[in-house]
Order: sequence, then C-alpha cells, then structure tokens
Amino acid sequence: MSIIIDRRLNGKKKSTVNRQRFLRRYRGLVKEAVQDAVDQRSITDVDSGSNITIPKKDLSEPFFHHGQGGHHGHVHPGNKEFNSGDRIQRPPGGGGQGTGDGDASNSGEGADDFAFQINRDEFLEYLFDDLELPNLVRKELKDSTDYKLKRAGFTTAGSPDRLNVIRSLKAAHARRIALSGKDRKIVRQLKRELREMEVNPEELDQQRARVIREEITVLNKKLKRTPFIDDFDLRFNNMAKVPQPSSKAVMFCVMDVSGSMTRDIKDMAKRFFLLLYLFLERNYEAVEVVFIRHHSEARECDEQDFFYARETGGTVVSTALKLTDEIIRERFPTNEWNIYIAQASDGDNWEADSSKCRDIILEKLLPVCQYYSYVEITDRHHQNLWYEYKDIEQANSGHFAMQQIRGYSDIYPTFRRLFEKKEGSHAGS
Amino acid sequence: MLEAKAPEQETRKRKEPLSVGSDWTFELLETYDREFARLADKFRLDTYPNQIEVISSEQMLDAYSSVGMPLMYSHWSYGKTFLSNQQNYQQGRMGLAYEIVINSDPCIAYLMEENTMPMQALVIAHACYGHNSFFKGNYLFRQWTDASAIIDYLLFAKKYISQCEEKHGISAVEDILDACHALMNQGVNRYQRATPMSAEQEKAQAEERAEYIQRNLNDLWRTIPVRESEIERQEKRFPKDPEENILYFIEKNAPLLETWQREIIRIVRKVAQYFYPQRQTQVMNEGWASFWHYNLMHEMYDEGLITEGFIMEFLHSHSSVVFQPEFDDPRYSGINPYTLGFNIFRDIRRICEEPTDEDREWFPDLAGTDWLDAVHFAMRNFKDEGFILQYLSPKVMRDMRLFSIDDDEINPYLEIDAIHDDSGYRQLRENLAAQYNLGNREPNLQVYNVDVRGDRSLKLRHYMHQGRPLEEKSTNEIMKHIHRLWGFDVKLESVDTQDLVQYEFSLPDPSQS
Repeated sequence: MSIIIDRRLNGKKKSTVNRQRFLRRYRGLVKEAVQDAVDQRSITDVDSGSNITIPKKDLSEPFFHHGQGGHHGHVHPGNKEFNSGDRIQRPPGGGGQGTGDGDASNSGEGADDFAFQINRDEFLEYLFDDLELPNLVRKELKDSTDYKLKRAGFTTAGSPDRLNVIRSLKAAHARRIALSGKDRKIVRQLKRELREMEVNPEELDQQRARVIREEITVLNKKLKRTPFIDDFDLRFNNMAKVPQPSSKAVMFCVMDVSGSMTRDIKDMAKRFFLLLYLFLERNYEAVEVVFIRHHSEARECDEQDFFYARETGGTVVSTALKLTDEIIRERFPTNEWNIYIAQASDGDNWEADSSKCRDIILEKLLPVCQYYSYVEITDRHHQNLWYEYKDIEQANSGHFAMQQIRGYSDIYPTFRRLFEKKEGSHAGS
Repeated sequence: MLEAKAPEQETRKRKEPLSVGSDWTFELLETYDREFARLADKFRLDTYPNQIEVISSEQMLDAYSSVGMPLMYSHWSYGKTFLSNQQNYQQGRMGLAYEIVINSDPCIAYLMEENTMPMQALVIAHACYGHNSFFKGNYLFRQWTDASAIIDYLLFAKKYISQCEEKHGISAVEDILDACHALMNQGVNRYQRATPMSAEQEKAQAEERAEYIQRNLNDLWRTIPVRESEIERQEKRFPKDPEENILYFIEKNAPLLETWQREIIRIVRKVAQYFYPQRQTQVMNEGWASFWHYNLMHEMYDEGLITEGFIMEFLHSHSSVVFQPEFDDPRYSGINPYTLGFNIFRDIRRICEEPTDEDREWFPDLAGTDWLDAVHFAMRNFKDEGFILQYLSPKVMRDMRLFSIDDDEINPYLEIDAIHDDSGYRQLRENLAAQYNLGNREPNLQVYNVDVRGDRSLKLRHYMHQGRPLEEKSTNEIMKHIHRLWGFDVKLESVDTQDLVQYEFSLPDPSQS
C-alpha cells in the first residue's frame, strides 16, 4: 500500500545554502560581473536584481574523460542514405557526429557563459562591497521623540493584546497541578483500594467500597471545581522603551543646470546621485532626498525637474549652497538627521563666487553634515572652483571628498574611490 | 508508433471511469494508485512500498540540484546546478521532469503539483511501479545498493560534513569535496561486493576505523634504512595489484590526510557507489518504466477505468517521452534511452506473442514463450550492455534506422561500418552494446604504484582503450585535486596495449621546475 504525502508546504529553499556556497566560491567573479552590469544598465534599474554572467570555463568541475583521437565507433539513429562502407568527411575540428555522445557532451569545455540571477540585495551587496559610509555616527536623540519598543520578558499585568497564550496556559497548568495534586493522589489511592476489593468481594468490603466510591465522587467534584484558567495565570509580553539612535538621513543633490551642462553630463550626474542614494538606503532606515538645482540662482525642485528641465543662464554656485544651508536649518535639525551633500557640476562658476562657496562650505555646511562629496564632470581643464575645493579637501579630508569624472565608465570607480574603506590615508587623488 | 489496442477487450465488462477532467485530488491519486497496484500485481511487478510525495515546482528544482536526493550534504556545485536550472526553467528553455524517483525502501517518488491527472497517473505508473520494480529486481541494484539504508546514510553524511565545516571551516571541507567529486567515477568498486551498513553501524565504526587507519599508516611509512638493490625496489610495487578504486586507495593510504578528511572521501565514495548501477542501466531502467506505464495505462483503458480523452493526453505525453530525434536533427543529442529501452522491451513482447520467421531465427528461445516471463528475466539479469547485446532485434534496428560510424584517427575520413541490413545487424548490435559499456566509455584508470621508500610519489596508470587519450585540460585539473589529496608528487601515464607509455601527466610538472 502506498503512502501519499503532501509536501508542498515543506520548505522550498533547500538549495539556498548551496546557492550561497556557489556565490561565495565565485565571489570575485560575481563582483566583476556586477560591476560590468552596473556600467551597462540604464539608470532607472540600478535598483533591481541582475542577470549575472560568468565564463563557464572558470566553473568547470573536471572529471576524467576521453579526449579527441584514438579509434572508436558510434551508433546513431535515423539513417537515410548511408550504406555500409560509405566514407564521409570528418567534420572539421573533430567534433560533430563522429565523436560520440558520452565524450562530446563534456560540456565543461564549451566557451559558453554561465548565466544566473541574483536578487536586489545581493546585487547591492556586491556593488557596495568594501565600501563604507564616512562618519557613520548615528546621532542620538536628545528628546524622547524616537523610541523603539523592545521585548523585555513577561509581566503579570498588561493589555489583552499583549497576552502571551503559551506562557499563560503553562502557568495555568502549573497551578492546576499544584492545587489539585494532593486530592488526585488520594483519589488514586482510593481507586487502587477499590480495585483490590473488587477482587475479593466480602460483605464488609462492600460497605467500605461504597464509602470509598462516595469519597471519590466528592473529591472528583472538588477537583472539577479547580478553574482551568485564572486571572492569576495570565502572562503578558512586556515591552520596554529603548531610545533609538537616529536612523534617518537626508541627501542633498546639488547640481548645476546652466546651459553648459549637457544632457550627457546630467545623465552621468544622475547615476552618481543614484548610487549614493542606494548606498545611503542600505545604511539608514529612511533616506530623504532634497534636489537643489542652480544656475545663477538656486531652487529646490522635484526629481523630474532636477534632471530633465532645461534652463540657461550663468553659474553662481554659492546660491545653491546658501539654499542648502537654509533648508538644513529649517527642516533638518542636525541632531535628528544625518546629512549628506553631493554636488555635481561641470566646473564652471562665476570667478568671484568660488571663494564665497569655500566660506559657506567651511563655516556652515561642513560642521553640520556627515560628508560632502563633489564630482566634477568634465574633460576640460579645472577652473577656480576645483582649486578652491581642493583647499577644503586638504583641510577636511575626513568630511570632504572630490573627484573628477570624464565618462560613464568613471562613475562607478569614482564612487568607489569616494567611499572606499579608509585605512589611514584619505580619499582623493 | 502507438497503434490502438485490438478491440477484443470490447467484450469484457467495462467499468466506470475513475475520473473525468484533468484536475487531480489526493483521493484520486489514491484511487489510481490502488488500481495500478492491482494491475502491477497481475503482471508480477514486485515493488518496495511506495511513498508518493506531491511537491511544487520550486521544490522540484531543489530536488533536481541535489542529484535528486531528498537530503544531501551542501556543496557549491549543487548551487551551480540549481542556478542554471532555475534560469533555464524561468526562461522556458527547460521543462522540469514530471517526476523524480529514489531507489530507497520505501521508494520515494516526487510528483509535481502542476501535473494534470493523466500526467500524475502516468508518473505513478512509470515511477512507482516501473522504476520501483526495477530497483527491487535488477541484479545490479540488488548487489550494489541497499535501498533501506541510503536515506539514513545520507542523513549521517550530511550531519558529518556540516560538523566538519563547523570544526575545520567551509573552505577546508570544500577542498576535499571538490577533489573527491572530480574522482567520483573512479571511486567505485566494480567487482567486489559492497557490504551495506546502517547509519548507526557506520557511525560507530567511523572512529574505530579512523584509529585503525592511522595506526596502519604509520607502519606503512616506517622507513627503516635497509639497503636494497635498485632492481628489488623496482619490483616491489605498492599496491601489489593495481587498484581501480582510486578514492578508496587514497582514503586508506594517503599519508597526510586527517581522519575527518578520510571520512569525507568515504562518504563521496559511498554515494558514487550508490549511483553506480544507475549509470549502467539507464536504457533498461527507463525502458522498463516506460514499457510499464504504457502497458498499465492501456490496461486501465481496456477496463474502462480511464476515458478516451485521458488516454489521448497520456499518449501525447508518452510519445514526447520516447521521441527520438534523428541524427541530423538540431535537437539530436545521442540516442534517447527511453526510446531504445522502450522499443526493446516492447519488441521482446512482440517476439513472444507474434514471432516472425526472422525472430524465430534470431531469438529461438524467445519466440512463442510467455512474454511476461521473458521481460522479467531480461529486467532482472542484465545491464545495458548485455541487455542490448542480447535483445536488440533486427526489427528495432530497422525501425530506428540505426547505423554505426567508425572513427579511426589514422584515417582522414569516417566510415559507415554497419547499417540496419542483413550484413550489418550483428556488427551494429555489438557496436551499440559497446557504446553502453562503462568500461569503454570511461577511461580505465588504476593506481599503479607508490614510491613507498622514496619520494612517496603516487603513480596512476591509464590503460588506453583503442588508443583513446585522456582529455588534457580536465586531466590537468584533476591532477591538482589528486595532488591535494595525496600530498606528494602525482604522476599519471597513459599506456597502450603493449604497456608503452603514450602520454604523461605529472604534478608538479618537471618541465616547469
């Protein structure tokens, strides 16, 4: 007789361990593939899983088998025109029909690629592997605005929604045992006596038996009165308030949108901002983004406008920095928010403005923000803004970083350089 | 090829169909299984008790990637299989097998929940009565595997290996497993009876064995400075006779391995041994199972237990299972074992029931005898090689239009040395049988010598079959694995029939140092 079992509800992730083993073993290859993938994919889907392709030859599992050559025969089905004694040309490369399946199927030799999927988290993990957020100082809250409830044992009083059923029933069970144990012992004894009596029925015993039966009924009634569950048994999950370090971050995207910024440059900037956003998202529970665009004056805008609206005009960077400072003071108290500022520009600025920028950054922005990163997207010579910033960088290497981006392929390496785990030395070229 | 049954059964009393429609329920599975069991009994199919497990396609993917076993130790290569299967499946490049069946007692068969009722019925007939009876009946399985112990053993193996990972690190265990997997095909005993053991005994003996091995090893390597003439040293080889089970030899004799490493080698060896009969009976096993699902379903149909639509769907699935693309078809990837096996078994029945003159000449012992006896005898007593040699009939060769190509590297051309005609049948049959001979298909490697008194180097020999060399790249890779296990220099030479060395591999490579 067969047994039929429904296993559909059993775990289905049996292969997870093996999959992780595989990724672990080929970590290097996967990382390379991820970095290739991020260069190739469109901006909008950086934030999803990915198809990963690694060369098959690197993953081969060797086994002993025959190579080309020697003498062997092979049988095939579906003969149409062959007769015995026919001679046919050996297929080039020795492959094809003649080599026989047992041997030719050594698929490890093929130059095919091995393609598989990794999910978003894995993708990001490989993408941001060995990167860290500079100054990841979680800011403590001074007031009791941000608390988290944490489980902290059990109590005997609480609201019904916190009732812990298992603990309560356990307590009830213990109480029932404790309260009724003595009586049940007596019942057991009486019953045993009764049974012995039934074996040898004598008149005297009959009477005693009746007495015993009565006693048992009384005791049983008493036992039944022990309540199944009592207020006294109830147990509640206890929650304690624990102050939480701030897990909020705000990211300021500051970009020059003057006429000199072409669509290409904006695209590159967008990728950079995106990477930064994803990176922050992995480290903080909530990330807000503020977009500030500027030409000769600055304005806060939404993402669409930020990247795609067209405008012309001169370039005065300091206006944007001033606006950033204002917004921070208005909406993002520094004790609650971790502030990151990323600025992208093609390096143009009005000559006299650059020193002003330096002052604003040094005096107002750097003291409150965790990190200020500046990317200059240009392949021309640097202008004075770059040199002013260079000074800042030298003085504030931990908080301020700058890099130049020349083309799409630079974006990711630049990003890595800016956020590399630092061991002693500061980032930058 | 699937003609309708002769209508003589029309007179038999027809029963009510068991089900209509394509949805299945657990009750229906039970009903069908009961009917199959009844019919199987009638055809003397002796099976282990069945354990039918319904699983989802994701679970099927899982089962796929760990060589079909319900439990298996963890290894990256299973993850690799899983990933590529998953990718292929999601992109629709690959369908999942309808079932997986495990040679265990009780015999576990997986059914996918996505299957329709006719499909489930086919699978039950195929796996639970076809394969199952093959596992129980075929001499190779009887001799080499212990169906009742395998699950326990795998449980032990999984636990043991994960303990090793905890103790010695994942990488260390992985190194050993990688090396063992590369040598898996060289880790089976071919001629000696393996004594099956339960998990408890296995565990109990593990320590004892470890201790014993360690003691023995010390003896083996004790180097007493006795002067011996060069010739004498040459003559004394260790092992005395070449050893074909390389993993076994390494497990017992590698000087530097730790106890746990030896145990892991042993585990891989045992698993390889367990799968060894399956590799030798693919055609028979699949042919047998297909033969029976075909017969059982028709039997059901004849009794009126299944509907017209049901049998049509069944026939559709059945013919795609036994579909054989021709050699010039882009889908062609060798002979389909289902087709070949099914055709032979069906032809045995035909020869018994309706022999022609040709059959009487070729199979005088078979023609006109009881077909059930004949197929049971064939199933029990052969492996693929012998089965084909014994039973492949001219008719099947003609039907499949088989032809044989002779590929000799000294000729610039390939020659058709036999086709499905009177002069070619025997040659063709021999060639096809040889093709299924594992001994021809896989390189014959043996442990030849260990330089016990010298540098402890290990020498393997590859006895070339018809001058066929080893594939170089993977052989070089495996040399590294063997070197890792053995711990000292490793040499591999391919020798021809005159014992002349044709190719040589060695690690470390003398040409590079």
